[in-house]
Amino acid sequence: MDLNFTPEEEAFRGEVLQFLRDKLPERLSNKVKNGLRLTREDMAEWHAILNERGWLANHWPKQYGGPGWGAVQKFIFENECALAGAPRIVPFGVNMLGPVLIKYGSEAQKQHWLPRILNGEDWWCQGYSEPGSGSDLASVKTTAVLDGDHYVVNGQKTWTTLGHHANMIFCLVRTNKEAKAQAGISFLLVDMDSPGVEVRPIITLDGEHEVNEVFFTDVRVPAANLVGEQDKGWTYAKYLLTYERTNIAGVGFSVAALEKLKRIAARVQRNGRPLTEDPLFAARLAKVEIDLENMKTTNLRVIAAVAGGGVPGAESSMLKIRGTEIRQELSSLARRAMGPYAQPFIEAALHEGYGEPPVGPAEAAPLASQYFNNRKLSIFGGSNEIQKNIISKMILGL
Amino acid sequence: MNFEHTEDRRMLADSLDRFIAEQYGFNERDRIARSDEGFDAARWSQLAEIGALGALFPEDVGGFGGAGFDVAVVFESLGKGLVVEPFLGALIVGRAIAQAGTAAQKERIASLIDGSTVAALAHEEPGSHYEPTQVATRAERSGDGWVLKGAKAVVQLGDRAGLLLVSARTGGADDDAQGLSLFLVPGDAQGLAWRGYRKVDGGRAAELALDQVKLGADALLGAEGKGAAILEHATGWGLLALAAESLGAMEVAKRDTLEYLRTRRQFGVPIGSFQALQHRMADLLLEIEQGRSAVINAAAAIDGSDRVAREKALSAAKYSVGRIGTRVAEECIQLHGGIGMTWELPLAHYAKRLVMIDHQFGDEDHHLARYIALGKETSQ
Repeated sequence: MDLNFTPEEEAFRGEVLQFLRDKLPERLSNKVKNGLRLTREDMAEWHAILNERGWLANHWPKQYGGPGWGAVQKFIFENECALAGAPRIVPFGVNMLGPVLIKYGSEAQKQHWLPRILNGEDWWCQGYSEPGSGSDLASVKTTAVLDGDHYVVNGQKTWTTLGHHANMIFCLVRTNKEAKAQAGISFLLVDMDSPGVEVRPIITLDGEHEVNEVFFTDVRVPAANLVGEQDKGWTYAKYLLTYERTNIAGVGFSVAALEKLKRIAARVQRNGRPLTEDPLFAARLAKVEIDLENMKTTNLRVIAAVAGGGVPGAESSMLKIRGTEIRQELSSLARRAMGPYAQPFIEAALHEGYGEPPVGPAEAAPLASQYFNNRKLSIFGGSNEIQKNIISKMILGL
Repeated sequence: MNFEHTEDRRMLADSLDRFIAEQYGFNERDRIARSDEGFDAARWSQLAEIGALGALFPEDVGGFGGAGFDVAVVFESLGKGLVVEPFLGALIVGRAIAQAGTAAQKERIASLIDGSTVAALAHEEPGSHYEPTQVATRAERSGDGWVLKGAKAVVQLGDRAGLLLVSARTGGADDDAQGLSLFLVPGDAQGLAWRGYRKVDGGRAAELALDQVKLGADALLGAEGKGAAILEHATGWGLLALAAESLGAMEVAKRDTLEYLRTRRQFGVPIGSFQALQHRMADLLLEIEQGRSAVINAAAAIDGSDRVAREKALSAAKYSVGRIGTRVAEECIQLHGGIGMTWELPLAHYAKRLVMIDHQFGDEDHHLARYIALGKETSQ
């Protein structure tokens, strides 16, 4: 048993840290650390910086432009990026579609789409969920009917994260109504500029526009945009979901959030002493810190198990559940620490360039909004209830 | 033993519920909650006409209620409708005047009951973090009157108020329990500077700076230096009101979530048929009933003469709804899934209000600690 990284892994960590010191723009990390809303340009800027170094598509093998990292290196990279306040990599093209195309796409598809993901020419979004199919993903109703050399797509997708920035969407569509649930689904790449595609914003409870509804009315999609075989899309969809769950524990985000929370709590005074010395708050802080320390090791245990290659199986469901619970608790504590100053909602203060002095503690403006926004963590990417079903079935054999 | 409300109270609750259903539906509430004004003057005076304000005060000051259960009934209905109009300010300021005011000061209560004056408590300060005796604002004698200087935090609808109840120190150190005094300050007094903003859960609040605010001798409410006890009395009514409001909001959140579990189908069946979700809903029911009992305990204790018993029941209620309300909010969003995260679903706004109630007049940790401290007072 040895909990330390090997000297080679430590050297790699040093390389990542050096890169972040040299290349991560302070403007971007300040926005992330202060909880300000990122623009499309901010996200694209960070993608371009990573791509220049060859580190954008860190799940991809070398031959397609990835760095060829193993599980430990990916973990180190994602962890250090989160600690440094780097913007999140927008996962839809790089971490989701990319691996699917590499495994199941035609040679022509790989040559066409993969470079465009890397250089930012295409911004992808995910067309999985529908109004009637959230946890029950296999119940997709959006249809695609072959008409000559085109599919004609009709239906609706929802919860399309950053769909308003995207020009391409990968969709699960039903191509065979006779077949049962999982059979009869296909995986289709749709140009969002096509006639008949309409994107409508969904405003979340914190007032943010992050997710969308996407409507398809007689949208003609070249048959060449079918990935793999018709009616076999469920296999590809599930393969994609295993990548959706990588780094799902979000340990780096939590460590960064805990450090920030401690700084805040040390400054907020309650009864003449810092909140960190208030017995009840200190107990809450200690509990989440212990949970996080345990989580770090659980995460590393899962990574070590797949260090030889592949992606974690049902174990990643444990990481998803506990990892999101910890992140939610941390944002809950940050909200609590603000006391009465959790109440103001000053939207302008959530954007870069707000010139007014803060209302309440300097960090206050985004914290309550972030707490409400983070409720999504236990819902998306397979709700925590679905993850428990997976654990019951796959690990416990119930 | 009888846990039924009186017929008068049931009728008041019914007419309030009906008004909210007919005139204060979700779209109307959303419009008001997002407005720059922060409340709607027409709805406010309609609510006053129904008697929602009169019920908060005893007959000797012009009301027709004023008992703990009157206040609880009104605020539970307000919570069901997520009403953002300034009831809490009217209750706290009015009850403070009723408790400690001179005959002339008490005459102002009539304008609180008919809704023509919006009142706000300006007590908490940027550094006070719920501690009621942490007051740095100072009041100094000047001739016959007073001059106030300091800052107040998150004053609910403060910049819309015509009458403010301001706490200030006439003696003692910033964290001293002694030396607090209370002042009735007109909203248009010289030297008040406001910075208003919207709130996360809708409606409006403001930061207040008091710069050499000159007041007459008649602005002092109660005796000089004896404000802490009046404040405790008045904010006690606020604690009961918030606890009852929370209960109303929890009931709606539970009702809507239950409806969703019955109708939302996944895997070919209503999701309410899954035992894992049934048990979570059963837990919520249990918690909410415990919260209801906490509110009943507080409403019964608030009219009593035993200060420690009263304050313990109030802190117990606020602690309970703080903890339970947050849990109800989080669970109801989770049980709804993605749709629970959206602005267009009323449930999301109930969730926000439930969590934000925990940020008014002390959160669950504050009231747990206060409950423990009050217990030590009795045993000494």
